[in-house]
Amino acid sequence: MNRKGPLMSPGIARLLVIIALLALWEVGARLYADPLFLCPPSQAVRALPHILTDPKILNAIRITVYEVLTAFVMAVICGMAIGLAVGLNGFTKQSILPVILLLYATPQATILPLFILSFGIGPAAKIAFGFSHGIFPVIVTVVAGVQNLKPSLLTAAKSMGASRWQIFTTIIFPHMIPSFFTGMRLGMTAVLLGVLLAELYVSTAGIGFFTRLFAESFSPPDLFALISVLATIAVVLNEGCRTAERRFSRWHTA
Amino acid sequence: MKKESKIPQRLIQLGVLLAILLVWWWGTLPGRINPLLLPPPAPVFKNFWLLLTTASIWPDLWVTVHEWIVAFLLASTTGCTLGYVISRSGYAVRVFDPLLAGLYSIPAILLFPLYLLFFGLGSGSKIAIGTTIAFFPIVLNTIAGLAYVDKAYIRAAQSMGANDFQLFWSVMMPAAFPVVLTGLRLGCIIAFLAILGGETISSLAGLGHRIVSLAENMESAQMFGNILFAILMAFIINGTVSYVEARGRRGMQ
Repeated sequence: MNRKGPLMSPGIARLLVIIALLALWEVGARLYADPLFLCPPSQAVRALPHILTDPKILNAIRITVYEVLTAFVMAVICGMAIGLAVGLNGFTKQSILPVILLLYATPQATILPLFILSFGIGPAAKIAFGFSHGIFPVIVTVVAGVQNLKPSLLTAAKSMGASRWQIFTTIIFPHMIPSFFTGMRLGMTAVLLGVLLAELYVSTAGIGFFTRLFAESFSPPDLFALISVLATIAVVLNEGCRTAERRFSRWHTA
Repeated sequence: MKKESKIPQRLIQLGVLLAILLVWWWGTLPGRINPLLLPPPAPVFKNFWLLLTTASIWPDLWVTVHEWIVAFLLASTTGCTLGYVISRSGYAVRVFDPLLAGLYSIPAILLFPLYLLFFGLGSGSKIAIGTTIAFFPIVLNTIAGLAYVDKAYIRAAQSMGANDFQLFWSVMMPAAFPVVLTGLRLGCIIAFLAILGGETISSLAGLGHRIVSLAENMESAQMFGNILFAILMAFIINGTVSYVEARGRRGMQ
């Protein structure tokens, strides 16, 4: 492919594009922007050590990560259980799944005040809101995964006298793995969204407090630095789930 | 077969909905759940009905819809244009597709504090966050649709002497259209959700603002009525957009 022209490899070109964009931003911000609102990327980088050493901010980041992980684990476990319970039974699938889809389609941001009313302004509300965002994609993918089960496999196992438990461990569970990891990936994206939304809405010690503080005190370097730290954490969490998905779904296609 | 199994299914679903309503009504009888957290169904539906029949919600609704339309138009024009430009060369696709997909995995809501700083508390910051969030699925789907058109079609058209415009209009467009439409549908819906989210976090007007200020004033019944309204709106949007997508897909074939 590369022999067609004197083109560099796409990876290097991508890097150059990123550098060019950053340079454009740097120059633009230095020449034209109001320093109260926008800062060049170099200043944001210079603010990074300050962000990463301030114990209060570190603690806020730790709280946010803790909220995301707790909500994620709860969403995956509950979503998995509900998904199996709903998906494995024809009756519940017909009756409850539409209700779940209905709930999934509601704009959850509008009920955020309710979560604050019930759980307070501490981490509990963020965990609950992240959980309610994350559980639906998990349920829906698990149900879809159960649906893809070949009936012939089940019939074969049953006719050879497998018990319910044996069917679950040897047929349903291995078939669940790919959709389980897909659900995990989608759930992670949703949990991140939920927790961050709740954090930004109201927060006493989490990152929402500091983003608001930096924005209201007009210090864009700190804001940019904090946001890039959070973005990095989010990308690491997302990519972790994606890698797990790719790795554990491999047997299925092979 | 299908016709027969449909009716009991609907009955079961209706039963579940009625059961939920019943539990709601039972749980909010005096002395059970605090009516501030969950008001009984009757006043909620009364408020919902008032919203539908009076004009009090129009100003806020208009703010939200206006933000949503502007954000979607911005995202779809930039997304489709950029997607088209990138998809013209396979090399550009290999350079930019992973870059855009990587950016997509950053939760865009993180940018909202920045947008508040840049564009203020008014509509600007909501339009910006809606545009950012809707842009990625649109551009990624446009690239996916246009860049992966079956090469045999393109070669066939070229060997029969199609010029660039003809190639685009009668080969690329129809082949890529369903994928691009999916991106537009996703963008349309998540722009709406993002704008509601932005309005919830901080705003001066709009549907999300209205719900939050009712919550802060502890007007639970009214807040639930407004939430029902927002949910109804999300459903109408979802249904309309899915219908348009299905129609567009059929029209192209």
